[in-house]
Amino acid sequence: MATKDIKPQDPMIDPLTGEFRVLAPGQTFKSVTAKISDIVLTPKTSLGFLGFLAIAGSVAMLVLVAVTWLFLKGVGIWAITQPVAWGFAIINFVWWIGIGHAGTLISAILLLFKQGWRNSINRFAEAMTIFAVVCAGMFPLIHVGRPWLSYWLFPLPLTMNVWPQFRSPLLWDVFAVSTYATISIVFWYMGMIPDFGTLRDRAKSKFAQYVYGLLSVGWRGSVRHWMRYETASLLLAGLATPLVLSVHTVISFDFAVAVLPGWHTTIFPPYFVAGAIYSGFAMVLTLAIPLRKFYHLEELVTERHIDNMGKVMLGTGGIVAYGYGMEVFMAWYSASHWEFFMMWNRMFGPMGWSYGVLIFCNIAFPLTTLWVRKLRTNIAFMFILSLIVNTGMWFERFVIVVTSLYRDFLPSSWGTYRATKWDYATFVGTLGLFTTLFLLFVRFLPMIPMNEIKMMLPAAKITPKTETAAGAGD
Amino acid sequence: MPVPVEGIYGMLAEFDTPSDLVRAAQAAYKDGWRRMDCYTPYPVEEAAEAIGFHKNKVPLVTLVGGLMGLCAMFSLETWISTLAYPLNVGGRPTYSWPAFVVPAYEWTILFAGLSACFGMLALNGLPSPYHPLFNAPNFRSGATDDKFFLCLEALDPKFDLTETRAYLESFGPTSVVEVEY
Repeated sequence: MATKDIKPQDPMIDPLTGEFRVLAPGQTFKSVTAKISDIVLTPKTSLGFLGFLAIAGSVAMLVLVAVTWLFLKGVGIWAITQPVAWGFAIINFVWWIGIGHAGTLISAILLLFKQGWRNSINRFAEAMTIFAVVCAGMFPLIHVGRPWLSYWLFPLPLTMNVWPQFRSPLLWDVFAVSTYATISIVFWYMGMIPDFGTLRDRAKSKFAQYVYGLLSVGWRGSVRHWMRYETASLLLAGLATPLVLSVHTVISFDFAVAVLPGWHTTIFPPYFVAGAIYSGFAMVLTLAIPLRKFYHLEELVTERHIDNMGKVMLGTGGIVAYGYGMEVFMAWYSASHWEFFMMWNRMFGPMGWSYGVLIFCNIAFPLTTLWVRKLRTNIAFMFILSLIVNTGMWFERFVIVVTSLYRDFLPSSWGTYRATKWDYATFVGTLGLFTTLFLLFVRFLPMIPMNEIKMMLPAAKITPKTETAAGAGD
Repeated sequence: MPVPVEGIYGMLAEFDTPSDLVRAAQAAYKDGWRRMDCYTPYPVEEAAEAIGFHKNKVPLVTLVGGLMGLCAMFSLETWISTLAYPLNVGGRPTYSWPAFVVPAYEWTILFAGLSACFGMLALNGLPSPYHPLFNAPNFRSGATDDKFFLCLEALDPKFDLTETRAYLESFGPTSVVEVEY
């Protein structure tokens, strides 16, 4: 690793290895507990936080307004029509669910690979997953037009004697996304049980003791419990890993199973999954960077974390770039008239600007800068980059949906797509909803897993015999 | 069955470091103690090994759960598509099993994951809001924060109020307290 450009006195650099430290030195069990649980247990809520919450909450209200109007008038208030029958609804759905994937990746795959650095960021990344799935799940639900009948999607014995069609990818979606949501919540909650125990024991107010006591289900830290808990965490991680890959794969089937040029491609599953992880890590950065600043968590969420996430983004961004390249290559190599026209139209047609935005935000800008370690550890730069990648990934879905649909086989069926104010209101509203949920999470739940951080401290090492063990009772 | 000491759950020793706890637990296990447990703020594998806890049933529960999910969904799909509501889609067979794999796979994970979590809780005897250990004065301020506890339980035939206390004190703990029911 390049270490030349780093000051040797920097406390964040381990003098032995020359690497960035995962945690700042000088942390103890007590300081970790205090630092994390005090954020939750302090009775005072800062004005800044309330201000943020007020803004986010007001933006979230947009969803309520938009959805109410939608239910009154029908999906006609959106820009969806023939030929673009899927507009913002599926774009936002795929974007949001992709955002969620980094949370599961951090909590599951990095756990299996024993990546200790994940411990500082996994809790709020998992929270991010759940809130992103909440926002994602809303779109297909309201897009059906009559959401009160959405239980028809489930195999329930109803009086109509009509059963769901199990050969449709849209139904697979129902199972994939609902499983994903359930498992994410279970994983998240289970991870918090020991921390709820800590909060219960530290809480001063009766009410907080009662609530956290209830949530901690009586956790007392018996090592027998811990061992079963560890096994269950590992198993859940092992189950969540293929789940994450399958969820976005199934979502890509929604497109790939169609015969439409631009959708009918086998590169979609891996390319969607990589894109999901790419945008998810961008969102983790978008959230982590302000969080560590406001709550002074620089010692727990260090430059090393930012750097590592940058590396993951570089890797997944590379896969995404390969996906884009392969789409273009196949358009040419397949010698399919329609495929070729789709690609040409996507790049240079009336909506070509969106393809340009996509290439700049996802490939040109991040993949040239993320190679530079100085930039990867530059917090302000990484924050801006994460916003750009998030935008780029939204445009990726926009490009896939709109530019494939609006000019298909027959010129007589061509059309265009321009989102209405209700499309924008719903989308912006979900951003507010996500932020509101996240702010509430930060205020009321432990956003960094205390027990996992403690495992990484030097004091947690079991040393062979020392002077304390030999000493008899004093 | 040994007769438990009236009103006493056990004797609880508090340590400052995980190493002290592990050494004490190893010694106690070697000296024939079996009804005992360690309490730590984060998982200490060595302590579990020391008190003779090596294997648990969580993987088995998870496997059974997963298989149940797999069978449940696959049979449901087969039954719906071939018997309850057979649909002819472009002349494809009603029993088109490759299409059934995806939901069956999702339910395998769903059931396995729920079994792992709830199986873990059930095997741990949770939820249990009351436990005698919470009566110990120092337990709640330490066990979930930065202290390490070894509890020798009164149900163990070797348990004796004075001797056990002296025995635990020989390990040099920060404190030794009786835990009442």
